[in-house]
Amino acid sequence: MAKTEKVYIYKSYERFWHWTQAFLIFFLALTGFEVHGSFSFFGFESAVDLHNKAAWAFIILTIFTIFWHFTTGEWRQYLPTTENLRAQAEYYIFGIFRNAPHPTRKTTLSKLNPLQRLVYLSLKILVFPVMIASGLAYMFYRYPSEGEIVELGISSLERVALAHTIGAYILIAFVVVHLYLITTGHTVTSNLKAMITGWEELEKDEKEDDKKKNDEPEKEIS
Amino acid sequence: MKNTVTFILSVVVPLIIITVVLRDASEENTKLAELRKEQSIPHIPGVDHSKHEVLQRDFDNPHEITATCLSCHTERGEELLHSFHFTWEREEFIEGRGVTYLGKKNLLNNFCTGIFSNESTCNRCHAGFGWDDMDFDFTNPYNIDCLVCHDNTGTYEKLKGGAGYPTPGQDFRTIVQNVGQPKKENCGYCHFHGGGGNNVKHGDLEMALLTASREVDVHMGVDGANMECVDCHTAENHVMKGRYYGVSSTNERRATCEQCHTANPHIDDMLNSHVAKIACQTCHIPEYAKVNATKMYWDWSTAGRLDDGKIFELYDGEGNAIYQSIKGDFEWKTNVEPEYFWFNGTADHFLISDKVDTTAAYLEINTLFGDASDRDSRIIPVKVHRGRQPYDPVHLSILQAKLWDREPGKGALWLDLDWERALIEGMKYLDRPYSGKWNFVNTEMYLPVNHMVSPASQALQCQDCHTRENSRMQLVEGSYIPGNTKYAAVDNMGVMLIILSFIGVFIHAVIRYFSVKKLKQS
Repeated sequence: MAKTEKVYIYKSYERFWHWTQAFLIFFLALTGFEVHGSFSFFGFESAVDLHNKAAWAFIILTIFTIFWHFTTGEWRQYLPTTENLRAQAEYYIFGIFRNAPHPTRKTTLSKLNPLQRLVYLSLKILVFPVMIASGLAYMFYRYPSEGEIVELGISSLERVALAHTIGAYILIAFVVVHLYLITTGHTVTSNLKAMITGWEELEKDEKEDDKKKNDEPEKEIS
Repeated sequence: MKNTVTFILSVVVPLIIITVVLRDASEENTKLAELRKEQSIPHIPGVDHSKHEVLQRDFDNPHEITATCLSCHTERGEELLHSFHFTWEREEFIEGRGVTYLGKKNLLNNFCTGIFSNESTCNRCHAGFGWDDMDFDFTNPYNIDCLVCHDNTGTYEKLKGGAGYPTPGQDFRTIVQNVGQPKKENCGYCHFHGGGGNNVKHGDLEMALLTASREVDVHMGVDGANMECVDCHTAENHVMKGRYYGVSSTNERRATCEQCHTANPHIDDMLNSHVAKIACQTCHIPEYAKVNATKMYWDWSTAGRLDDGKIFELYDGEGNAIYQSIKGDFEWKTNVEPEYFWFNGTADHFLISDKVDTTAAYLEINTLFGDASDRDSRIIPVKVHRGRQPYDPVHLSILQAKLWDREPGKGALWLDLDWERALIEGMKYLDRPYSGKWNFVNTEMYLPVNHMVSPASQALQCQDCHTRENSRMQLVEGSYIPGNTKYAAVDNMGVMLIILSFIGVFIHAVIRYFSVKKLKQS
């Protein structure tokens, strides 16, 4: 076994954001698929109401998180890179079965491997915007205002609803794979623990020379 | 410890946020309270007709009564001569036909099929005296019947088969001294009995409305607002608001819910946003014919059967005729769920000069225009009355039978039970070609349901439409209804994607488990 050390990876806002978002996505899926007609749980009326309210919570959280990304410079974590991309993919397909070391070193400065960068970036710039935009269109394509029904010029709910539904299926598929991949850390639970406590148990780099930096958890990047 | 606190916060905080936004203070619907207050102010007439000198006498000639009315109400005669209640014909524009002059005078219907050659009996409900054939004088103001609408004693009777004349020997002195704004009894005298009996035609207009509770009709219920018909069907110079699309064609002068309730009547904006595409009636009239049954089906083709050489009638348990030798087979229903259609307020009618399409499943006696892509269309509740009517298979036209006469032997179906003769007489009267052959065609007539509005607590709920199973909207085409509309392809692909994710994860996990185990062993 390789030696390990504890590194502070996820700051408190990051963890707050992650878990709130996780809860909201779960809750939005539950209420959303009830609105979709897949099952009955809260009752249609409550499901719509809860879904809309959770959606606003999600939007508020997203706005705060965008602010956080830019003020902390954390947005750089999501810059896509081709470096190690192939190695990372090969690790999941082959290396992991041979107990090979993780090809990407996780640090506070670079907490995402190249595959994660790609997937999370596409969530941020593709899936979430599509879900939020189609969700807002769903809410506001017709709304009463001062005694009149104001329309957004969307002739039918159909396309809006289809985009929103397809996005929801993609998100659920993401959650399934995501929940599995968090078990692929140093130990099965080390990733989960890291997202709860902020500290992650990582394989120690033999040529370690930036240990000092890792022991200064609150140091900002920018 | 700090980290645990952060974690708990990150889970608990969103829950708190959601609970806080969820707290909805319940609001009182003040608009509704104001309307109730408005409607509770009684109408106080400005005149007491029992004090008029010209009315201190007996009458036996109905024309004379009208002349007496017009001696004070000098301009009302001219108004009435142009009112739809008297002309039974209106200038209207119909898409595809242009300007037409249509009304009960010349249109077909799905009940007794039309007034031609049957005027004496049908026109008992004409607001006039003596329209018994095509020679009736529509320009003589003394032919107007004021009393059928304005008698407030509730006793005025028109004679059966009397072409609109009142039953002789009534106490006209008392009646003329007690005239006033029309009451429910006045309108109901004709409008409750359309199609030949109580609630036969409309399903939402019937005698029970005179005594009904607010559960039956929140507006007219005696323990509800107890409103009169004319409170909504307001009139200016005898031109009334309100359209019945069995005879009307254009989207104007309609009596609407919005004229009192505004276009945004709900506290909940989610409900208000429905108003753009869903008519108020759709949710607020969950069913019609709440007290007495209404006729849903009328098959003329079986008329004429005899039992032991005699005409006969069959009744169901509720006392509704389900077969009459003179009229054929009927189906009746109570507490009927309406059918739902897109409607933009304009309609077409099948005219006597139109060609029957024998390849169609049914012939539309009237057609309600509208569809999902039309911005002016809303989904409305409709009573669909189905039936079978005689038509000419050679000339492909709808036939009019002579149904009624004062005495047998003149070809009236209801007296002689002879289809052949009745059709010949009917078409001769109309002066239209008839091949002598007849058959029956399936017909449908669409009667929008507007009355018997239920209290708000009994309105349709979300899941009555927003559900996959038994949605009220399941036959309404062209719109996406959340919770109801299903795109199988999207759902199948979505579920497949999730299943594939699970399979991928499972296979990876299994290989990982065994390979790690093997590594450990070595």
